[in-house]
Amino acid sequence: MSGGSDIGIRFDGVSVAYGANTVLDSLDLTVERGEVMALLGPSGSGKTTALRAVAGFVQPVRGRVLIGDRDVTDLPPHRRGVGMVVQSYALFPHLRVEDNVAFGLKAQKADKAGIPARVAEALEMTGMAGYAKRYPRELSGGQQQRVAIARALAIRPGVLLLDEPLSALDAQLRSGMLAELARLHRELPEVSILYVTHDQVEALTLADRIAVMDQARLQDCGTPQELYRSPRTEFTASFVGNANLLPVRVGDGQVRLGDAELTVDTAGVAAGTTATLCVRPHLVGLGEGVNALRGTVAEVQWRGATHRLYVDVAGQRVKADVRELRVPPALGERVALHFAPEDAVLLSAGVSADE
Amino acid sequence: MLVHSRKGKWTLWALFLVLFVPLFALPLLVIVAASFATNWSGAFPSGPTVEHYAAATRGESLEALTTSLVTALAASLLALLMGSWAALAAHALPKRGKRLLDTLFVLPVAVPSVVVGLAVLVAFSQPPFLLNGTRWIVILAHTVLVTAFAYQSVSAAIVRLDPAYEQAAASLGAKPSYVLWKVKLPLLLPSLNAAAGLCFALSMGELSATMMLYPPDWMPLPVRIFTATDRGSLFTGSAVAVVLMGATLLVLLAVSRIRTRASYR
Ligand SMILES: Nc1ncnc2c1ncn2[C@@H]1O[C@H](COP(=O)(O)OP(=O)(O)O)[C@@H](O)[C@H]1O
Ligand SMILES: [Mg+2]
Repeated sequence: MSGGSDIGIRFDGVSVAYGANTVLDSLDLTVERGEVMALLGPSGSGKTTALRAVAGFVQPVRGRVLIGDRDVTDLPPHRRGVGMVVQSYALFPHLRVEDNVAFGLKAQKADKAGIPARVAEALEMTGMAGYAKRYPRELSGGQQQRVAIARALAIRPGVLLLDEPLSALDAQLRSGMLAELARLHRELPEVSILYVTHDQVEALTLADRIAVMDQARLQDCGTPQELYRSPRTEFTASFVGNANLLPVRVGDGQVRLGDAELTVDTAGVAAGTTATLCVRPHLVGLGEGVNALRGTVAEVQWRGATHRLYVDVAGQRVKADVRELRVPPALGERVALHFAPEDAVLLSAGVSADE
Repeated sequence: MLVHSRKGKWTLWALFLVLFVPLFALPLLVIVAASFATNWSGAFPSGPTVEHYAAATRGESLEALTTSLVTALAASLLALLMGSWAALAAHALPKRGKRLLDTLFVLPVAVPSVVVGLAVLVAFSQPPFLLNGTRWIVILAHTVLVTAFAYQSVSAAIVRLDPAYEQAAASLGAKPSYVLWKVKLPLLLPSLNAAAGLCFALSMGELSATMMLYPPDWMPLPVRIFTATDRGSLFTGSAVAVVLMGATLLVLLAVSRIRTRASYR
């Protein structure tokens, strides 16, 4: 069903609106062949809508959707040849597992003789071979999830769409399934996967690239490392991982936060402007050092292996995750924090998320 | 409401019996009692006999029973077909169109069935639609009357059907017709079955429209009961009524057994 040899997905200025309410605003995004792209963003940011535009369940008001080199914008869902797994799995309750998995092959009038082998293959791949004769209601949530994936994979789609596939599972199953998905992707290196999630851990673990969405817009797109180490927007910095976002005045090769003068890379940010300094809490150390921030301890949380300190510095609350302290500082005590110049990223005000 | 104390439970049961017995059970029991009697002048019927049943399951009465069963079967199947079709079509329409269809299909319920009977009689008494005097006009009127119920119950079931199923099927490459046959209808089966039972029961008991339409060779059982009691044969009428009740209940029981097997989860 999948046309062209190098499949992938391309959003070309895709906008989707419900009435006057634009829920996806000119999305430009390319998912390469064999790539796992995570669509990451808070609830209501338009992730599912983007996915449904690929599957054909919403019609864009503007823009085009391409699968491979085929423009599918005006094709009905059943002619797009994408595999899709939704949050609720939507396994057909009246069909046994094997018939669920065979559904797509039968619907597409695949060669009858080949169907059992392909069903077996898909069930094998998802570790559900022993459950072929069961009905969906006789399976646990995690097993239903696997069957849903097997069903989508049985039609050998060039593109697999996953909408929060792990959100209905408990935490333990979730991390197991995450590893399974990574394995599946290694076994199917040519399938492009668009993976919708609001969970940054899933995105960071699984994705080759992450597209960060907020308020119907694509905010940022890059590899997990890029987004984590050098986010381009405040929104990315706060949503991907957790970051201290400190308003600073930019000088020449240094910035000022209150009285403190901090050495950071100011390339690309004009001197004299205000900007946001982004520092990850686990890269902030306790004690004197370069780029010292002095303030009073507002809160101390023990988190087992680490202590999370909240320190008020020049009116800003700075978070620091430090290795478990034998004697944590008392509330109100004056302490110094520090961070290495290369661990901080300066975001000029022009690229903040709420521009 | 959950009542835990033993006393509370007994009180509730007593209340239920006090309300249920006189309102629902007693009239039915009276008919059953009358159907076995030859005389009812005192407080209780007397002269027990099974004569009436012999009459009620023979000759004209038996014919009327067959007529009723055939009419109800035909009407409920037709109603199910049209009602489901209309409900499926209405679901795909924009809101306005759906509301229009909803209103249209509530009409036969809202309008008294005598009026529906009269309307059918007037409409089908001249060529090119000359059905008056044939059994078809009875079946037609019953179909019109019960389709509304089929439409409504199937409509409600379609609204409850999770669109994720159809969408999953479509994304797997299934054409809309394939989705209808292999996914939607199987999932709607329990509701279709319930709707069929409802239509059948309604048609079995229909009297007022039928009275205006039935030809001499197609007299359904309720009409037979009416004419019998109208002539004064109260006990024979009761026996026929019990037969009607029994036949309807038997069919409903069979239908609900199929439903139990067709329901998932
Ligand atoms: N069928 C619909 N009709 C109207 N608004 C919708 C519909 N589906 C989604 N929306 C709106 O579109 C926005 C984006 O939704 P969605 O793409 O589901 O977000 P996400 O998956 O990121 O949580 C939300 O504000 C939601 O209320
Ligand atoms: Mg969503």
